[in-house]
Amino acid sequence: MFCRCEVAYFDPPNTHTCPVCLALPGALPVPNRQAVEWTILLGHALGCQIPDRAIFHRKNYFYPDNPKGYQISQYDQPLCVNGSFEVPSADGDRVIGIERAHLEEDAAKTIHVGGAEGRIHGAEHSLVDFNRSGTPLVEIVTRPDIRSPEEAKAFLQLLRQTIVELGISDAEMEKGSLRFDVNVSVRPEGSDELRTRTELKNMNSFNFAAKGIEREVRRQAEIYESGGQVDQETLHFDPGNESAPPLRSKEEAQDYRYFPEPDLVPLEPATELVERLRGELPELPSARVRRLELEVGFALAEGLVTSGRDELYWRIPGDRSAVANVVMNELAALGLDPSAVNAEELGKVIAARGEIPRSAFDEALAASASPGFSAERYLAEAAIADVGELDPVIDRILSANESQVAAYRGGKEGLLGFFVGQVMKETGGKANPQVVNERLREKLQA
Amino acid sequence: MIDTLRLTAEEATGLVERGEVSGAELHRAYLDAIAERDPELHAYLCTVDEPDGEGVPIALKDVISTRGVETTAASKILAGYKPVYDATVAARCKAAGLPLLGKTNLDEFAMGSSTENSAYGPTHNPWDPNRVPGGSSGGSTAAVAAGLAPWALGSDTGGSIKQPASLCGVVGLRPTYGTVSRYGIVAFASSLDQVGPIAKTVRDCALLHRVIAGRDPLDSTTVELPEPIELPQAEDLKGLRVGVPKELNEADGIEPGVSEAVNRTIELARELGAEVGECSLPRSVEFGLPCYYLIAPSEASSNLARYDGVRYGLRVGNGDIRAMYERTRDAGFGDEPKRRIMLGTYALSAGYYDAYYGQAQKVRTVIRDEHDAAFEQFDVLVSPTSPTVAFELGARTANPLAMYAADLLTIPSNMAGLPGLSIPCGLSEGLPVGFQLIGRQFSENLLFSTGHALERALGFDFVPERLR
Repeated sequence: MFCRCEVAYFDPPNTHTCPVCLALPGALPVPNRQAVEWTILLGHALGCQIPDRAIFHRKNYFYPDNPKGYQISQYDQPLCVNGSFEVPSADGDRVIGIERAHLEEDAAKTIHVGGAEGRIHGAEHSLVDFNRSGTPLVEIVTRPDIRSPEEAKAFLQLLRQTIVELGISDAEMEKGSLRFDVNVSVRPEGSDELRTRTELKNMNSFNFAAKGIEREVRRQAEIYESGGQVDQETLHFDPGNESAPPLRSKEEAQDYRYFPEPDLVPLEPATELVERLRGELPELPSARVRRLELEVGFALAEGLVTSGRDELYWRIPGDRSAVANVVMNELAALGLDPSAVNAEELGKVIAARGEIPRSAFDEALAASASPGFSAERYLAEAAIADVGELDPVIDRILSANESQVAAYRGGKEGLLGFFVGQVMKETGGKANPQVVNERLREKLQA
Repeated sequence: MIDTLRLTAEEATGLVERGEVSGAELHRAYLDAIAERDPELHAYLCTVDEPDGEGVPIALKDVISTRGVETTAASKILAGYKPVYDATVAARCKAAGLPLLGKTNLDEFAMGSSTENSAYGPTHNPWDPNRVPGGSSGGSTAAVAAGLAPWALGSDTGGSIKQPASLCGVVGLRPTYGTVSRYGIVAFASSLDQVGPIAKTVRDCALLHRVIAGRDPLDSTTVELPEPIELPQAEDLKGLRVGVPKELNEADGIEPGVSEAVNRTIELARELGAEVGECSLPRSVEFGLPCYYLIAPSEASSNLARYDGVRYGLRVGNGDIRAMYERTRDAGFGDEPKRRIMLGTYALSAGYYDAYYGQAQKVRTVIRDEHDAAFEQFDVLVSPTSPTVAFELGARTANPLAMYAADLLTIPSNMAGLPGLSIPCGLSEGLPVGFQLIGRQFSENLLFSTGHALERALGFDFVPERLR
C-alpha cells in the first residue's frame, strides 16, 4: 500500500520486503495510486459517497506482525461512506447498508511454533514473514441489516463476485485475500432494538460463516431464554469441529491511540477522477441476477452469477433451462475454465442430449474447453433408438428375470428402473433411455 | 597546510575545482583535525576513512541513514545498526560529490537541547569545553565550529539546528517544512522534523541547502521549491521590513548580554537600510512551548514504537514477546526518550486526545495565523535564537523543564512550519550569541541574503577564541 513491493502470496518468506514494509528507521510511506483508485471504484459498486477528503490515521499497537508499531489505516474520514448494496433473493431485493469502506495496510504473517492451534500464547517461538506486510487492504463495514445466516452467505458471495469482476482482487479465502468477521446479535421477534453483539472470527468459508452464525444465534437465544445476558466479546470458531464451543478472545480492551498520520497528506480525489471511475463501473452481478432470474429462476440465476459462470451461460445457444443446468452442474463439477469453452459447439451437444449416449455426452462436456472441440464426433454416436435392434435385447432380459417380471406385474412398478439399467448395461449405455422405457412398459403390461 | 579552522566550504570548493587540493587531501586534513581535537570535544560518533567522492567532505548528524555506515541516533537501542539504504539527503550529498566524513553526536533521537542526552556521552562546546554545544545537533555544530568539518547536516524539530548553531557560533538553517526530504531520517516528530545545513557562513549554508532541498517522491510531505536557491550577494538591506516581535525579544530568561548583542544587530540592520518595527506574537510565544511538548512527544511515542527488538538493533531477553519488548525498550532507551514516550502515549490516549493532542493542533493553527498576520507588515522577523549563551555541562540535566526552555524562542516559528536562520552576531561573556531570522514559507533566499548582508557587516570571527 505504501511501498513498491510485489504482492506475492506463496513465495518464500521475506523475499518481497523493503525499508518501508520492514519499518527500518527513517522509512516513509507513499500511497499507492492504483489502490486508492480501485477503492473508489469499489466504493461506487457499493453505492458509496466518495468524500472530498480522506485522511490516513495511525493505529498504534505492539505486535510482531506490525513492524512500525502502528498500522496506517483510516479512522473518522475514510475514502468511501454511506453506501447500500442490493442482494437479490427469491422474494425480492435485500438492501444492505454500507457504513464505510476504508483503505489500510495489511500486517505481516506470524507463524507460532509449538503452541496450541498456532496461537502466540504458549508458543515456543514465532516466525514473521513480511511479504504480506503493507499489502493494500480494503475494509468494508456493513450496517446491521443482515437478518439470517443465508442472507449473510448470499451477501458475501455477491460481494466477492463483485470484487473479482471489478478486477481489484482475486478475493480468495485460502490465500487470505478475502477475510471477514461477523457481528451477531439476536432480539425478540417484531422488536427493532439492537442488543449486545459478539464478533465471530476465524471463519474461512461462506458455508462456515453461515453455520457459525446459526450456532451463535442459537447460543445467544438460549442465554436470553434462560434469563442471562450476552457479553460483548470476540469468539473464535474452530472450523474443523462444529460442536466445539467458541473460544473467547483473551485480548484486553485496546486503546489504539489513533491520530492523523503526519507522514502523509490528506487524500483529496479530484471530482474528474471520481466521475471517470464511476463511468468505468461495469454492470454489477446483482443486476445480472435479476436479468437472469426471468429466464431460469432465482436459484440458478444466483448460482450462475456468483460462480462467475453466467457469461458462459449467455454464450451457449439453446433451451435456457437445459443450458443453465449443464453450466451450473456438469460443467462446474468438471472445473473447466468457462471462458475457454466453445459455446457454439457445446450448444449442439446439449440440444442432442436425449439422442446421444450418456457416455458421449459426458465426454463432450469434458472436451468442451479443449482447442478444436467440435460437436460432430459426439453427435455421430447417436443412441440406439431402433426398436428392431432393442426389442431382442429387452426380450432376453425379461425372460432371464422372470421373478422380477412377476413382481412388477404384481404392483412393484419401481422395478422398472432395474430393467432399464439391465438394458443399458447390455447395450454399453448406448440405448436411448426414452425408447427403452416405452418398450419396457409396453412389454411388461402385456 | 590546510587550515580547517578558517577554511569555508566555498573556499574549499574553489581549492578542489582549481586542482590546488584533491578531495582526498581535503578529507585527510579533516580526519587529522578530528584526531587532534575530537578526543576533547566528542563531536563524532564515527568517522569514515576512505572518501567516497572527490568534493568537499561533509559530516552528517547520526539520525541520517547512511548505507553501510552505523546510524544510531545516539541511542543504545540502535547500537550496531547499519542501514541498507541512504537517506535522500545523504544520497543527494553523494550525488553532488560530497564524501561522508563521519556521523555526528546528538541528543538521543534528537530529544534534547545540549547533546548531553547522547547514550554515547556528551559533546563539548569548542568555545569552552566545560559548556554544552546546544542540541540536539550539537555534534554537527561543534564539528563545524572546531574545524572538524567544512559543513554538516543537522535536523531541527523544536530548534535543534538553530539553537546549537547559536551556542557554537556557526550558521544554521531550519528550512520551510516540506522543502527537504525526511526519507531516511530517524523520525522524532514527523510533523516538525526538518533537515537543514550547518556551516561557517551564510553562503556555505545556501550552497549546501541547494544540494539537499526539493521535492522527493519518497516523502509525500515534500513540495517543489517555488524558486531555485541563490547564492546571496546582498551588501545592504534597503527596503527590507524587519519586525521585532516583542514577546520573542523580551521573554523572561533572556540574558542581558544576549539582548545587547541582538539589539546591536537590529541597529546594524537599520544602518544597512532596513525599516525596523515592533510587532507582537503573544499567543505563539505563550502557547508554543506547551503545545510543542504535546505534539512532539505524541508523534515520538508512535515513531519510536518500531524499536521493539524484533527486526534490528538491540534485543534483550528470552521469555515471551511482552517481556522481550519491555526489557529491550527499558535497556535501549535513555531517560529522555522514555519521558517523551510516556508523555506522548498519555496525550494520545482515549479520553485525553481532544484535550491534549487535538487541542495542541488547533493552537498550531492559531500560531500560524499570528505569524501570517505579522508577515503582512514585515518581510523578516528577528530575535535571539537562544535566551542564553552556552551553559555548563550538567547545569540543566536534573531539570527537564529548564532544558525545554532553551527552545522557547525557536519553537513558535517551527510550529508554524516557517524557515529560520541563525547567524552568530557577537559574544557575551566570551561565548557566541545567535541572531534568529524568521521568514515566510519558502523565503529561504530572502533569509540568506539578509543573513549574508548582516554577516558581512558584523564581521564575526567564527573561529573559537581558544583555538585561534
